[in-house]
Amino acid sequence: MFNDRTAKFLLLAALVICVGGAFAPNWIVNQFMFGFSRALAILGLMVLWRTGLVSFGHAFYFGLGAYAVAILDSKLGVSDVFLRLMAGAVVAGVAGFLIGFIMRNYRDIFFAMLNTAISMVLFGIVVKTESLGSTDGFAISASTIFGLSPETKYPLFVIITLVGLTAALAVNFYLKTTFGKLTTAIRDNEIRVEYLGFSVAHAIHLKYTISTILAGGAGALMAMSLGQVDPESMINWTVSGELVFVTILSGPGNVIAPFIGSLVFEVLRTYAFELAPQAWQLIMGATFLTIIFFLPGGIWSLIEKLGGKKNEK
Amino acid sequence: MSSWRFLILNSHYFLGANNMETFLTILLDGLQFSSYLFIVSAGLTIIFGVMKILNVAHGSFYAWGAYTAAFFIGKFSDMGLPDALGFLIILAAAIVVGVILGFIIEQGILKHMYERDEVLIVLATFGLFLVLEDIILIAFGTDPYFAYQPMALLESVELGGITRDVYGITLIGVAAVVAVGCWWLLNKTKWGTLLKAVIFDREMGISMGINVPLVYTLTFIGGAILGGLGGAYIAPTISVAPGLGTEVIVLSFAVVVVGGMGSIAGAAIGSLIIGILRAIAVHELPQVELFVVFAVMAIVLVFRPEGLFAPAKPRKI
Repeated sequence: MFNDRTAKFLLLAALVICVGGAFAPNWIVNQFMFGFSRALAILGLMVLWRTGLVSFGHAFYFGLGAYAVAILDSKLGVSDVFLRLMAGAVVAGVAGFLIGFIMRNYRDIFFAMLNTAISMVLFGIVVKTESLGSTDGFAISASTIFGLSPETKYPLFVIITLVGLTAALAVNFYLKTTFGKLTTAIRDNEIRVEYLGFSVAHAIHLKYTISTILAGGAGALMAMSLGQVDPESMINWTVSGELVFVTILSGPGNVIAPFIGSLVFEVLRTYAFELAPQAWQLIMGATFLTIIFFLPGGIWSLIEKLGGKKNEK
Repeated sequence: MSSWRFLILNSHYFLGANNMETFLTILLDGLQFSSYLFIVSAGLTIIFGVMKILNVAHGSFYAWGAYTAAFFIGKFSDMGLPDALGFLIILAAAIVVGVILGFIIEQGILKHMYERDEVLIVLATFGLFLVLEDIILIAFGTDPYFAYQPMALLESVELGGITRDVYGITLIGVAAVVAVGCWWLLNKTKWGTLLKAVIFDREMGISMGINVPLVYTLTFIGGAILGGLGGAYIAPTISVAPGLGTEVIVLSFAVVVVGGMGSIAGAAIGSLIIGILRAIAVHELPQVELFVVFAVMAIVLVFRPEGLFAPAKPRKI
């Protein structure tokens, strides 16, 4: 694993970011927290995207993770970072595993649509249920770490970075295993994969579950970073769209890409919003179209080009 | 169908007089809701059927239609012109929005994507949706518009003990006209035959000399006009405010999925099911209003992904 350039880069980058974060102003720390929280979900969607699957409903798992944190907080008073993160990832992962039995038989727009339908079912429930916070959602108390409540956001920032690092290394490792390598193979030709003796359904089920665990974790981290959850910004279909947007923006080339893409997205959104509060969606949409048309490999392909194609894979 | 009639005719037996009124209200609400869903979804399903594009930006056509109609109805009313012109404005708004937006989007963006992955085209239309939503904000501002004039003009009517706006009832008529119009166009005209040929086999269509790019452009414009018409016609009954298109597009997705993607009859059945179910939920159990719609969509996708009443597709190699 340590002969792997991606892994080396990730470790080094995480170290630099953690140290740098101690001296960085608050707003930069915030951008990184939001960016890296979302990046976790993007990592999962990237695995699906490599298989040729696009889910227009992963806000379901993102929202489940976020609401798991909110409900643990408001009903049981759980405030520990790791418990919250675990809860988000486990709830979403179990749901994803179960739904995966159905989802693994779907492709293309049917896959996208079924995910949308399921996420909108949750949206419909949450919006209309008073005890789940309805449209207002919940405020979430500050997270504690092993019983300590830190004064600044820095410790949470470090934890998010380390969680991101772990997830990236794990996915990087997974993509190198035989099952992981089936991602692109399935996209290219499912029937041949079956002839090689692998079950496409099992492979997709595994990928789907991985993506849901990551999306749930991302939702939990995002809820903790933001300090609040609400259906409009956690479960509605536009959130799923946003996640897909960042996935395409990042590009499927490498596990580092989701982190860069998410950061670019946060910065883009902040600046677009400051520059033109009424036109930030326009700027995002135009960026999205530009990427689809001129940069199908996302930002990562740009980096690869600049780096002179060093063949990371 | 006869069991429906039985229910309606005899409903006072098991519902009582008061419940009879509730029943009628639910039925009319449901039909009206279905009608507007049908008009919007028919556009979506035509575009999907012919071009295989699941058009997320369709929600924006709806929003643009609503805003354009509301804006000009208000302007005309301010200028002291007769309110009856409102109906002309609604039609004009739908056509103008559909032709302009449809033409620009098809020629400017989608035309260059037909060779690419279906899912990628969905994503591109999502990007377009974001862009169009904000252009609305820039063009019309964030304040809501109220264009009640056409609705006020038609007043209301007593119907089986309840008072209904006539305008809402005309909506059902408009949906019927759209349905019959689509059926006639598809089955009784040369254009419909060409369209069906392209749907069945695009490449064969091209080799038979059908101008497929032109068919695509016109189809997209036609679908966009229907999306705009849905918005323009509903505009007088609602407050036209930002975020209009966001809800409509997922609802129409639910409709076309339930009925079967790419089929006009499917869109009609889908919108009836979704519309009536939602009306029942709104009146009897408001908590499940949205849940019901998408639960039905998910269940249909799980058990009959091709839609409840979709005919079997010819398999091509």
